[in-house]
Amino acid sequence: MTSINPPSAIDASAEPTALPGRKLDIAPFALLVGVAVLALPLTGSVSTWVTLTVAGLAMGMMLFIMTSGLTLVFGLMDVLNLGHAAFVALGAYVAATAAGFVQPWLASTSSAMNLLAVASVMAAAVITSAIVGLVYERLFIRPVYGSHLKQILITIGAMLVMVQLMLVVWGANQMQLMPPSFLRGVHMVGSVAIERYRIFAFVVGLVVYAAMMIVMHSSRVGLLIRAGVENREMVEALGHHIRRMFVVVCICGSALAGLGGAMWGFYREEFSASIGSDVLVQILIITIIGGLGSITGCLYGAMLIALCANYIGFLAPDLAVVSDIIVMMAILLWRPNGLHPVAAH
Amino acid sequence: MLKHLFSDDPPRSRWLTLFLCVLFVVLLSAPFVWTSARALNTAATISIFFILVASFDLLLGYCGIVSFAHAMFFGIGSYGAAIALHRFGPTWSVLAGGAAAALAISAILSLLIAMASLRVKAIFFTMSTLAFAAAFAALVQRLSWLTGGDDGLNFRLPEPLSSGHIYFTVPLVGLDVTGKVVLYYFVLFSSLAALLILLRIVNSRFGRVLEAVRENELRAEAIGYRTLTFRLAANCIAAVIAAWAGVLMALWSRYAGPSTSADFNVMLNVLLMAVVGGLGTIYGAAVGVTIFVFAQNYLQLALAAVNASALKLGGEWLARLFHPDRWLLWFGVVFILCVYFFPNGVVGYLRLRRIRRVR
Repeated sequence: MTSINPPSAIDASAEPTALPGRKLDIAPFALLVGVAVLALPLTGSVSTWVTLTVAGLAMGMMLFIMTSGLTLVFGLMDVLNLGHAAFVALGAYVAATAAGFVQPWLASTSSAMNLLAVASVMAAAVITSAIVGLVYERLFIRPVYGSHLKQILITIGAMLVMVQLMLVVWGANQMQLMPPSFLRGVHMVGSVAIERYRIFAFVVGLVVYAAMMIVMHSSRVGLLIRAGVENREMVEALGHHIRRMFVVVCICGSALAGLGGAMWGFYREEFSASIGSDVLVQILIITIIGGLGSITGCLYGAMLIALCANYIGFLAPDLAVVSDIIVMMAILLWRPNGLHPVAAH
Repeated sequence: MLKHLFSDDPPRSRWLTLFLCVLFVVLLSAPFVWTSARALNTAATISIFFILVASFDLLLGYCGIVSFAHAMFFGIGSYGAAIALHRFGPTWSVLAGGAAAALAISAILSLLIAMASLRVKAIFFTMSTLAFAAAFAALVQRLSWLTGGDDGLNFRLPEPLSSGHIYFTVPLVGLDVTGKVVLYYFVLFSSLAALLILLRIVNSRFGRVLEAVRENELRAEAIGYRTLTFRLAANCIAAVIAAWAGVLMALWSRYAGPSTSADFNVMLNVLLMAVVGGLGTIYGAAVGVTIFVFAQNYLQLALAAVNASALKLGGEWLARLFHPDRWLLWFGVVFILCVYFFPNGVVGYLRLRRIRRVR
């Protein structure tokens, strides 16, 4: 497909509102709460509902971490990176290897040592993914800027190659990644058991979200990225080197995918190379329903997908395989530009 | 007459014409020349995959939209025929009913997918087809009472198509004309018909509009074409043809299973075949399929040989890189290199060379 650049700048100027004008949009949040509340009477028991909801929120946060990079890359440069899922697998594999090096810390009974071990394992995943992301951007994305068709073909091939290379390096056996003792087991709240790791995943996700929001809304780079998502040409015309920014975003996106992969690996405890392609479809659906380039939309989308998957999986297991699609269709009918679109193009 | 038959869109390259003629003659004479089941199987596979890849070319090459659900429609066709014949016994009416149902489901489903996602943004279409294909693969596993799950479905064909049924009392040019041979020619002529029909479609006004939409959607819309309608129609036609290929595949192998029809690898294979052959040419599908079928048969053998010598030369790591199980790695590398350096495929390259020579 040849890329055409629609003159969207024209419609943007049609609304002469006050400058920092963006109404607080609570509808997506209300939808999330609504879904959760609706599920309560359907599941029947409070403890089941809490378990499902907490699991959904934790899974949603992990999906958010994996997806946020992709949505930024897409929003900023209109590049669809189907190979993004390979970074999830890379993160998980690197984490499993790194966990081998810090095994004494992981096995120690001291929570501080445990936390240090988890942090270093995650750091290893993030750094490796970032470095590979840099190479990946050079090899697979830069040569095909501007052509969606080629991007799709190249990145799907790149995913294939990356996953196979991982199999060459790590072998085809199952990988194991056990969380340390302080993240294992359950936390009792009344009669409801909540897995500790889920709380941890939720907290990490919130921290990542907060960090991204701070960077995007109070740093100069964040400002430029947001501006670039809304109108790339205008930012370029103002003299900013958007491609250089894009490389940074691409690296950060890969690093985030690696982080998400490491967390997802801890959660699954045992995985194979398909860990990336398992979530590829969900990642893409979240990108679509979140609204391209929208971090908050991505968070809402991830939560919605994860919660609905859990509720539907419990209430009607036969529908579980199509739950993501049902959600996607419903959202697109309601808001064709996503839950929380960046700009009303 | 010939010009009319090919919709005034001949191969436009001497080598390509030669290749197509040789391929056609070989396929036509296959049952008489090769008696081995394996060779005949290869020939039938080429015909069936030609239909699938050529219909994919209508979408990818002429509309410029990437659909990852094309193998899903292939799977629907294949399971439609298989489930009907498996459940209700081998009769003609069951076969026709199953095939018709599969084609109808494919048409409706393709319309629904396209209507939901194509109207938003063409790139959403790619993502949602991927989602649908994944859901289909999961559904096939889930509904194992209907689809046989991982094992798939085996079934018997109507008597006149089975390999036990012999048509003439005397062998024809040294060949017993069994039901299998009849089925083979049915498959072959189906693919010939698919070639002519697709050429007709892409060279009609309709096909021209598709190309116009591919090149510049805004402009095509400004001229006054409803671009969405054209894309929907192309999508629907491609899905129905793919389902037909699936029906043929099920009939030929008397089997439908996840690995042959619902797996994502099928889709990747189709993508590679289309890209290698040359997008937007229809003829490219024949070239791509032939190259791929031969490569697939020999790639693993070649890798095993390289693997053995790599073990001697460079030790374990090099050998692991060339392990026969890693054939997907090399497949992916070839795919990427094709898209980079050979974006017009074989047919595009041949035609370009001819144009340069004429100048």
